Amino acid sequence: MQIGLSHYLTVSAILFTLGVFGIFLNRKNVIIILMSVELILLSVNLNMVAFSSFLNDIVGQVFALFILTVAAAEAAIGLAILVVFYRNRGSIAVEDVNMMKG
Amino acid sequence: MTSDILLSSLQIATPELILAIGALVLLMVGVFSGERSASTVTGLAVAVLAVSGLWLIFAPTQGEAFGGAFVLDPFGRFMKILALIGSLVSLIMSSVNSRADKLNQFEFPVLLVLATLGMMLLISANDLIALYLGLELMSLALYVVAAFNRDSVRSTEAGLKYFVLGALSSGMLLYGMSLVYGFTGNTGLANIAAVLSAETRSLGVVFGLVFILAGLAFKISAVPFHMWTPDVYEGAPTPVTAFFASGPKVAAMAVFVRVVTEAFMPVFADWQQVVVFISIASMLLGSFAAIGQKNIKRLMAYSSIGHMGYALVGLASGSQTGVSGVALYMLIYMVMTLGTFACIMSMRRDEGSLENIEDLAGLSSTNPFMAVVLTALMFSLAGIPPLAGFFAKYFVFVAAIEAKLYALAIIGVLSSVVGAYYYLRVVKLMWFDAPAGQFARTSGTLRLVFGISGLFVTAYVLFGGPIGTAATAAARTFF
Repeated sequence: MQIGLSHYLTVSAILFTLGVFGIFLNRKNVIIILMSVELILLSVNLNMVAFSSFLNDIVGQVFALFILTVAAAEAAIGLAILVVFYRNRGSIAVEDVNMMKG
Repeated sequence: MTSDILLSSLQIATPELILAIGALVLLMVGVFSGERSASTVTGLAVAVLAVSGLWLIFAPTQGEAFGGAFVLDPFGRFMKILALIGSLVSLIMSSVNSRADKLNQFEFPVLLVLATLGMMLLISANDLIALYLGLELMSLALYVVAAFNRDSVRSTEAGLKYFVLGALSSGMLLYGMSLVYGFTGNTGLANIAAVLSAETRSLGVVFGLVFILAGLAFKISAVPFHMWTPDVYEGAPTPVTAFFASGPKVAAMAVFVRVVTEAFMPVFADWQQVVVFISIASMLLGSFAAIGQKNIKRLMAYSSIGHMGYALVGLASGSQTGVSGVALYMLIYMVMTLGTFACIMSMRRDEGSLENIEDLAGLSSTNPFMAVVLTALMFSLAGIPPLAGFFAKYFVFVAAIEAKLYALAIIGVLSSVVGAYYYLRVVKLMWFDAPAGQFARTSGTLRLVFGISGLFVTAYVLFGGPIGTAATAAARTFF
């Protein structure tokens, strides 16, 4: 069987959906949300690289490198905010992020 | 030859360079002069923002830079000046009570300058990569300033919520971008438009477009991606909330307009439905959900959701009148919001700042000047003629009617009637209820800010002509 573009797109769509569901259905831990965010960004990278290879165009891979860099910065900031939150609240359970009700 | 191209690129991007270099220098100043440098750094940051703004106003250079990834056009210039004014005013306001708000650290002005740099890059982005990087530069700085009061549970919770939902939204934006890149083969906005008008659109592009719109709708806090707004507005320190409500909103709306009009105009019918939907949903939610609010910052959050809905009415028409209506709306909205937040920041007693709407009761007898200004601002936010807010709404509704979007215009007018209720409730509290106690003396800076803002909304009818002309000139960029 030939692995074509649509296979890559399917995998990345599944990863993306998993990431989104991981954010909304997870009731336990904020760390899992951070992992889901990474999953989303990696699915995008997969998309980018697959398209780049099938279009014979380098821009997609350049974009993927930028996304990797920004994802690292984003994870650093997310963890930093999580640490300050933990210091104040003493917990990182999702149901404890509830001081303000909206 | 290449050095000429590089130099001309750098010349076009000079306001951004000033901010970027300024932020790095300020960081050095802060680090080397230690803990007590906060006020120096704040002063220098104000100077950096002002220099960048003056350069933008007085230097005539325009055009594309860096291989078309960056563009400075009349629309970008208009929006950038707005974003700079928003950042500048909120930075000045933040310095008033910085000790009590725990904002007296030199990192705060540096982060504000970096966020402003992100906004400027975002407004000028002419390529999906540049757009993403500008958006992230702005957002990453904003996540940190939301959680800036790191000893407060509410501030850190606001930062955490903003971060999680913001990361999700940039993930959706990126997924959309990857689909658009894959199905058009381009990341430049103009190239995407060229491809889209040459061939029949594929389903992949439509999916990508919807994801991109979802990501951008999050940044302007339009329904159904508004969930973060009330919590972040309430939890973040008040000067930070004022900042969130001014510059970043303008920048995000500018990039929203640029993406849909520049890249996706060939598939106008597809994005028009989406914009009409989020516009109606935002206007309705903004009006109804604000009615029960007790916290004035939360009230302003719902008010900003509603106002973004009204601004999108102009965009939904997809015409030059519509886009100039959006530009004008953002200007007037920003002035009104900054004025209102200056009033909110003046709501403080010796023991701390107050945030309940009830605390404004009887303000007309304890502080008549602030009561008069806040009344004018509330009437203007409600859109009552002849104040500025009325003209903002008028122009977007005219654009919608010209584009035959009658249902949208009617829903908009009706929801602004509902919205008037909660603005008028604040006015009623101030003028007809028994005083709830005196506020501490208002600082001169805040009085100046809300004074100017009040003057702007009341006198707009007299001098609004040139501003409207500037907005029209800005909108002509795209048509």
